[in-house]
Amino acid sequence: MKPRNSGSVVRLAAPLRALAQRFSFLLLVLASVALMMVGRIDALSVDSARARVTDAFAPILDAISRPAATAAHVVESVVEVQNAFEENQRLKAENARLLQWKQAALRLEAENISLRSLLKATPEPSSSFITARVIAAPGSSFLRTLVVTAGRRDGVRKGQAAVAGSGLVGRVVEVGEWSARVLLLTDINTRIPVVLERSRQRAVMAGDNSDQTRLLYLPPEAPVQVGERVVTSGHGGQFPPGLPVGVVSSAGERGVRVQPNVDLSRVEHLQLVEFSLPGSEAEPSSEAK
Amino acid sequence: MTLTLWQRLDKTGRNLAPFAVTVMLALGGMVPVPLPGYASVAPFLTAIAVYYWAIHRPDLMGPGTAFLIGLLQDLLTGGPLGVNALVLVLVHWAVSSQRRVLASSTFALMWFGFGLVMMGVACIQWLAFAALQASVLPFRPALFQALLTMAFFPAVAWMLIRVHRAFLQG
Repeated sequence: MKPRNSGSVVRLAAPLRALAQRFSFLLLVLASVALMMVGRIDALSVDSARARVTDAFAPILDAISRPAATAAHVVESVVEVQNAFEENQRLKAENARLLQWKQAALRLEAENISLRSLLKATPEPSSSFITARVIAAPGSSFLRTLVVTAGRRDGVRKGQAAVAGSGLVGRVVEVGEWSARVLLLTDINTRIPVVLERSRQRAVMAGDNSDQTRLLYLPPEAPVQVGERVVTSGHGGQFPPGLPVGVVSSAGERGVRVQPNVDLSRVEHLQLVEFSLPGSEAEPSSEAK
Repeated sequence: MTLTLWQRLDKTGRNLAPFAVTVMLALGGMVPVPLPGYASVAPFLTAIAVYYWAIHRPDLMGPGTAFLIGLLQDLLTGGPLGVNALVLVLVHWAVSSQRRVLASSTFALMWFGFGLVMMGVACIQWLAFAALQASVLPFRPALFQALLTMAFFPAVAWMLIRVHRAFLQG
């Protein structure tokens, strides 16, 4: 009797356990879907949770990104030694050209100052920089973000522009105590007010997760030329006006595309621009991300 | 059989190895690699780890653990919450439904199984992001990510086998 009894218990327990296991899968799947909903509805608290977790892991990410950066440097320096001669020739030519530009810039600056003094124009709000190192770039097909080593205690605020070398890289979307997340220009959630430098045509630049970005809200008859420079317009008060963003790489039936100035896959250090218009202290409201 | 405190601590530490290795792979996958176009197709390393441990040590890598690792990855990558959690739970589910076949199979069959799982992963990721973004996104990057992850599978699996033998056998 007894063995039979325990046998039936086992026979009963096995499907029960299987049921519980299947149920736990269902529960976890539902939990994931619920989290997606929560992320859409209460983006603010999700952001702060994310900032805290990123803060906690920032030291580890910082440590493991260093050897990777060193290895990349070694490879790059080998390539550079090979090309040193041509590079030197090219740089000499470029230097000569830049010296001419410097003269032009100095002359224009002097002229600008004298004209401003005639007009009593209000001075541009000053901006300062916070330099940070890139410690993580999540590999994902549908996201373009970077994590950097500067946070609230360094003066980083949400909405600040991130620039590297020759142009804009993205915008700060999440700030932790000592780390921050930058949404790159090419992310599908990025919208940046820009202006075409020559025609002064305003537009909104949007990413689509590819290496180039698109210009939105351009009137169809707008004269857009390939090679025209795109700079931030400063509308919305988040970014200083005139930051170089990229150049128009193609203009046609399928819209206008912009090639960013900065190679976003090779950014190692970037600068967060501390810029505030007088009387715009309010924190910009968070977007969908 | 009674174990002393040290033996129990040692056992717990060893049993944490699958979880720890998977978290390390999640962090390692976030190292910036200065190759153009790499970030969009970077291999999905945690999927390999969850797949491997779900076959060989399902007691140490349950669906709950997979969920937690996915959630951690969601928080660290800055993507929408829940997508990686969902993907890893479904990887675990796919493995546990075919575990008997996979556990006794050859490496090539295991690799092939992983290929099928990765195709499913690419579809789910694409669907989830498209639904959350409310727009149609290109499928190509997800497909290439799946292919690159498959290419990385033997190397990562070799490392996991080494960890498995070093910590969990004996």
